[in-house]
Amino acid sequence: MIAELGHFALALALMLALVQSVAPLIGAQRGHPGLMTLGGGTAIAQFALVALAFAALAHAYVISDFSLATVAENSHSTKPLLYKITGVWGNHEGSMVLWVLILTLFGAAVAWFGTSLPPDLRARVLAVQGMIGTAFLAFILFTSNPFLRLSPAPLDGQGMNPVLQDIGLAIHPPFLYLGYVGFSVAFSFAVAALIEGRVDAAWARWVRPWTLAAWCALTIGIALGSWWAYYTLGWGGWWYWDPVENASFMPWLVGTALLHSAIVVEKRDALKTWTILLAILTFALSLIGTFLVRSGVLTSVHAFAVDPARGAFILVLLAVAIGGPLILYAIRAPSFQGGGIFAPISREGALILNNLLLTVAASTVFFGTLWPLFLDAMGAGKLSVGFPFFNWTFVPLMVPLLLAIPLGPLLGWKRGDLLSAMQRLLVAAGAALAVEVVVTTLVSPEKTLAAAGLALAAWIGVGSLAEWAERVQLLRVPLRTMLVRARHLPRSAYGMTLAHLGVAITVAGIAASAWEQERIEIMHPGESLAIAGYEARLDKVEPVQGPNYSADRATFTVTRDGALVATMRPERRLFTVQRMPTTFTAIHSDLLSDFYVVLGDSDGKGGWTVRIYQKPLVPWIWLGCMAMALGGLVSLSDRRWRVGAAVRSRRAAAAAPGD
Amino acid sequence: MTLRRLLFLLPSAVFAGLLGYFVVALLNAEKRGPSELPSAMLDQPAPDFALKGLGDKPGFARGDLSGQVVLVNFFASWCLPCRAEHPLLTRLAATAGVPLYGIDYKDKPADAERFLGQYGSPFRAVGVDPEGRLGIDFGITGVPETFLIDKSGKIRFHRAQPLTPEAIDKEILPLVQALQKS
Repeated sequence: MIAELGHFALALALMLALVQSVAPLIGAQRGHPGLMTLGGGTAIAQFALVALAFAALAHAYVISDFSLATVAENSHSTKPLLYKITGVWGNHEGSMVLWVLILTLFGAAVAWFGTSLPPDLRARVLAVQGMIGTAFLAFILFTSNPFLRLSPAPLDGQGMNPVLQDIGLAIHPPFLYLGYVGFSVAFSFAVAALIEGRVDAAWARWVRPWTLAAWCALTIGIALGSWWAYYTLGWGGWWYWDPVENASFMPWLVGTALLHSAIVVEKRDALKTWTILLAILTFALSLIGTFLVRSGVLTSVHAFAVDPARGAFILVLLAVAIGGPLILYAIRAPSFQGGGIFAPISREGALILNNLLLTVAASTVFFGTLWPLFLDAMGAGKLSVGFPFFNWTFVPLMVPLLLAIPLGPLLGWKRGDLLSAMQRLLVAAGAALAVEVVVTTLVSPEKTLAAAGLALAAWIGVGSLAEWAERVQLLRVPLRTMLVRARHLPRSAYGMTLAHLGVAITVAGIAASAWEQERIEIMHPGESLAIAGYEARLDKVEPVQGPNYSADRATFTVTRDGALVATMRPERRLFTVQRMPTTFTAIHSDLLSDFYVVLGDSDGKGGWTVRIYQKPLVPWIWLGCMAMALGGLVSLSDRRWRVGAAVRSRRAAAAAPGD
Repeated sequence: MTLRRLLFLLPSAVFAGLLGYFVVALLNAEKRGPSELPSAMLDQPAPDFALKGLGDKPGFARGDLSGQVVLVNFFASWCLPCRAEHPLLTRLAATAGVPLYGIDYKDKPADAERFLGQYGSPFRAVGVDPEGRLGIDFGITGVPETFLIDKSGKIRFHRAQPLTPEAIDKEILPLVQALQKS
């Protein structure tokens, strides 16, 4: 009964979405206020209905109602409660419901917070959101109904893929979807602007916070996914250039470009058509990312729904959702008025460089992900594109981008002074040089590339701080004046500094992976293994019983110079329902390095394959991502974004003071 | 001005090309079916191995297969599709004139012996792969999967799903006959 209520709520939401995609649009065209305001009510009601459907589905998972096909296929009565709940989106049908839930959440948020928007813009934005909702709700109801009943109901479910039974992976899709779907708002704003035929600085002000929010969530989502791969797959790697990882990385790259180009629209009233294109492309890549995984076009370990029948629906959906706005763009965008003149050495010039490098980098990832599939589809044989391709295309594009990070904010708008910016970065250059010299002479002379990576991190980190010091006049004015200046600096400035610092931290973590050490040995209980100054002793291996798996658990005592560092217990788990072995890695992290132990197979004679890694600075990779996301959130809390600010700025459009 | 307009048309054009590719890829996927994943092992030499047998029965090694056309079937007692496939394998062994070798995948030997004792063994020899190591070398994604290996030891056919009478008659048997003649 509850499941049928959920099904009914979804159908009703589809009806509302249809109304929302048509009525406000007509209202905006004819200047009919009643029809225009209809968008807000339907958006909020639609969210309530989809939330009801999601709750109904979650209820079925929690009580293990195996008369629902998705529950029977993906859950099991012995599964821990946490994974019953996260199991709701651990499969195709449920993950689509979560997708729509987040989409309608954003729609409702636009309706709720967008009261200060011009009514026609708000109506059009909500109408576009309604169209996306219509497409997705129809997709769910007609091709992937999560409330499909089974008769007779099986006694127990088939269980969930054990690899998915993990807290890191369980909370990673919601963040990823918050990111993917969050970009739909920027997309809707872009399409609305194309319909209106007008983009101004105020438009950019409204788009930026939504983009920023989505970008933060996507950053966290990608970091969580990478962290999950790191600790669960037991290979010690954290990024595999797997098509599914790339699918989430491409919208991130283009979204990062969008974040920066929107600043140019806001401050300089330029780059308008480019920003609109980026907004469309970011969401397009999010859609492709969601769907490539699900349509059978891509085959990957991650893909949990491979069904060509759905594929056809998805293709039509993609064609309309991306093709439509692009055609609208081709018709409308040429008539947009371009803004001021550009000097190459200026803040906007630096932001254009950022945009160029990021979009080209995204294209290389796109190319590297799709080209092998393309060749395969043409029957031209198989080709695997892996680390070498991305290392030779992506990394060289990133280096100039990273080098330019500290420079950009120090250049003035309209006409910057490169020389004076360079002078102000002397400290950063000194820090980079010092790191380079210390690492190459004292630590390891042969690792020149990794040393350069660390120097680059120092350049970005110190350079970002130097920019902040410049703004508060550190050491040049009395301390009290400096503190006052620091307090009056807008939050968005702190957000930027923090995010750029995050990039530095991540780059350092990546560069330091050159110093990781690895040992693979067959060990017997009582034996010890030395690695990177640590000593790991295998005390014992014993069988243990988990809620839905049995496992062999090893106990290692890790010491350094005789002092205890940690007791670590890696496991090899065998999930009873699926008979699938997984590794449970033991990681001891002190935030400066990770000690990583994997228990492998038994040799049948009392020995165990053991893999141990010592990885300096590897936690920094994710810490840096968290700093980036935090920077985004700090910037988002800037009071200039709040309600009303945009209206005031529209009035005082050109006279943007200060920074 | 026209050049400028063309520039704005570029994204749509690129997307149209991409969409065309997706359609082709999807049609291909439909043609071969979702479970017939392209095998990376096709036309590659079969990986080297030497497997222990079930209980005290002898196992087999890659050398035992050379000089003949053989079918290698990965199975397990715990796998339901394998049970469903079993009568087909029995018929194939009795009529097709092609030796069948079984690899017991991630299984307890006692269970596998009971399984084969109950339904009869269609295999000339059975090797055990309790850890699934050889499964990795062969690139299998689950059980049952079947490989056809030619006289020179190359994999010529790979089916990543249970056999069907149709697959045996239309794909495997014609290929076996052609390979045996060559």
